Amino acid sequence: MSEANAAPLVLVVDDVDHGREIFAEYLEFRGFRVATAADGLEALEKAFELRPDVILMDLSLPGIDGWEATRRLKQDERTRGIPVIALTAHALASAHEKAREVGCSAVVTKPCLPKELEQEVRRQLAGASEENQAKP
Amino acid sequence: MGSKAKLGLVEALLAEQEARSCAVLTLRWLARDAGIERAMCAMVDGESGRLEGWTGMGLSLAAVESFSLDLADRTHPLIIALDGGEPIAFRDSGQSLPRPFETPLGNSPFYAIPLAGARNAPGSGLLLVSSGESPLLEDVLWAAELLGTRLAALQYHRAQIDDRRHKRERTWLLSIINAVTDPILLTDVDGRILIANAGAERLLTTEEDRSEGRRRAVALNNMLFSATLFNSGAGNKSQELVLVDPSEGQELLFEVLRAPVRLRPGESGLVSVLRNVTDLRRASEEIEENYRRLRAAEAATRAERDRLDLILNSVFDPVLVTDPEGKIMRMNPPAERMFTVPAGRGGEVERRVRVNDAVFTSFVSNLYAGQSQLWRGELNLLDPETGAPAPFEAFSGKVLSKQGEQTAAVTILHDLTEALEKAQLYEQVKHHSEELKERVREATAELAEQNELLRRQAFQLEQASAMKSQFLANVSHELRTPLNAIMGYTHLLLEGVSGEMSRAQRDKLARVDANARHLLAVINDLLDIARIESGKMPLQVDRVRLPELIDEVMSEVEPVIAGTRLEVSRILSPELPEIETDRQKVKQIVLNLLSNALKFTPDGSVTIRLDHDCDAGEIWIAVSDSGIGIAEENQKTIFEAFEQANSSYARRQGGTGLGLSICRRLADLLDGRITLVSKLGEGSTFTLFLPCKPRSA
Repeated sequence: MSEANAAPLVLVVDDVDHGREIFAEYLEFRGFRVATAADGLEALEKAFELRPDVILMDLSLPGIDGWEATRRLKQDERTRGIPVIALTAHALASAHEKAREVGCSAVVTKPCLPKELEQEVRRQLAGASEENQAKP
Repeated sequence: MGSKAKLGLVEALLAEQEARSCAVLTLRWLARDAGIERAMCAMVDGESGRLEGWTGMGLSLAAVESFSLDLADRTHPLIIALDGGEPIAFRDSGQSLPRPFETPLGNSPFYAIPLAGARNAPGSGLLLVSSGESPLLEDVLWAAELLGTRLAALQYHRAQIDDRRHKRERTWLLSIINAVTDPILLTDVDGRILIANAGAERLLTTEEDRSEGRRRAVALNNMLFSATLFNSGAGNKSQELVLVDPSEGQELLFEVLRAPVRLRPGESGLVSVLRNVTDLRRASEEIEENYRRLRAAEAATRAERDRLDLILNSVFDPVLVTDPEGKIMRMNPPAERMFTVPAGRGGEVERRVRVNDAVFTSFVSNLYAGQSQLWRGELNLLDPETGAPAPFEAFSGKVLSKQGEQTAAVTILHDLTEALEKAQLYEQVKHHSEELKERVREATAELAEQNELLRRQAFQLEQASAMKSQFLANVSHELRTPLNAIMGYTHLLLEGVSGEMSRAQRDKLARVDANARHLLAVINDLLDIARIESGKMPLQVDRVRLPELIDEVMSEVEPVIAGTRLEVSRILSPELPEIETDRQKVKQIVLNLLSNALKFTPDGSVTIRLDHDCDAGEIWIAVSDSGIGIAEENQKTIFEAFEQANSSYARRQGGTGLGLSICRRLADLLDGRITLVSKLGEGSTFTLFLPCKPRSA
């Protein structure tokens, strides 16, 4: 978990370079601390290591995909409480349902304006802090 | 008169042996030698007890012969004269007498001179001589005495001869009747037995010293016999009489034949002949018994035969009984049908019957020839009526007597026609069944092939469908990813992440952003159409309140409305029912229709009307505008993809050209429809009709 009073740490996971860059740059611009991962395995390592406040998880990833990575995060004691926002270019409802099943708190369809994504991140952070207060 | 004349008469009478001739001779002598003109001789007949006219002279023969006096008539002057024994002179036979009478001599004086001895004695009689006025001559008296004496002598002599002869005849008669074994009896009117032959005596008489039983038997027999005598009455009809044999004690049956006889004048008797019919009766009874038994046996046989006939006739199959020569002795009606010619039929029928007979006889001869008791075979007969082949299965059995002789054969024929027909039918059925089986097999194989093909096709279709879906997903994904970059970077630049830009740069970036958004809308709409068409658009049916839904839509487009000068209103019918439908889809349609109305109405008003028709089971939402309207020629194609009535205008308004196409597809999906009423330049009304209940409900 990040230090108190520090800006929230967002882990942006996307195998596409510009995908990571757009959201990472915008969130940093907006004052968040940002870490990035290009595949599922890296995402897991970074998550366990950095304990981000929220994770933006692209679902179509090489190797361990976004659904599998989320499932593992939700199975691990250390990362279970971190909200995961699924990011996907899949427009089909089935992809969204599957994401919620493995533990994603929200699903955002690409293309997504960075501004809208920031709003969702803030919503999740607010929800997570409420939950943390509820369970000290 | 001379003695010579008298001597002549004496000689003549002595020479004559016959009494009546003597009388005739005497009368003739009186006429010739004593001058008597008329005279008559009457003689007593002991048998009849009468005085009868015998012979006359100078008199009517008929008068003489009819002369007859009853000796019992003792007051008659002539009978008195006869009994007196002295000659009596009668002046006449008429008025002078106390009792007048007639004689053949007529009504002239005459003498009545009794002949010979006393009344009833042999030779008794009366000589009547007419005398005129003259006194009776001595010669007449002499002649009368002579004739009386001679007649008496003749009478006595004859009586002696008769007596001897009677005795002899009686002996003979007794011998004769005794020789007859049947009892013969003569009885008088009182039933007293006058004569009985030996046979009768044996039954009806006994000596005193005989046994008590015998006496009793005889007494009983007498009683029984007497009873029959008096029961028989008149007539000589035969009667039956049971007597007891006094010696043996057994009963004897007699048939009694009777004949009345005259015993003497005025007294009749009865001859009874008893014919012993005991043995005859026994024999007759035996015969009768035998006959009865025979009849009973015959009746039993007949009954048995009738029963046999009944049994035979009740058998449906032909049954025949044949003698050892193979000749048919009996048969039942079914057999008769095959082996007899009906009355009045001949020709072909007769010929066929003969054929049948020959076939049958030949078959039965096999049985007689063989050693076995039974013989089985098949006979191909002909139906006598139709000539159709009549196949029969025949079973023959020998009928043996107790001595083991073959007395007959019984044959039962079983009609094979039906069996053969059944067999044929069975073959046909089997054949058809085989054919059917073959067809079923073929059909099954074909079906299996078809199934396989279908399965493969289904698999291919499924695969194709899956591939299509996957393709769509991929296309969508692949389009969205670069679009995300375009929109993302544009946004970064516009947000000033990379520093401030000039106004011209910002304007151009805004154009990029707008086109990227349009592209995204198009991609989303295309994806919707694809999903609907591939059946991947799931329906979530809920109870929906349309007024609430319209409120939601209105609030969503509120920012758009606020940017126009349009007057937007709602008209809701009261008591609208809830409907069961997919809320999201309905909302999408209404949103689309309302967006279109707002887009294509530069100024004026937009109205949403909500109403229903319970009878038609429909509820509808009508969106009317006072906008640009749609030309009639475009109204049909407006619902097709990428069709916009006014393309340039539409593009300016940011439509994808897919909205109405999606709306119509969604309406179909919800079992509803969308109609359009419009006039160019005057506005349009799009109406969504929905069923109150979904089809599946």
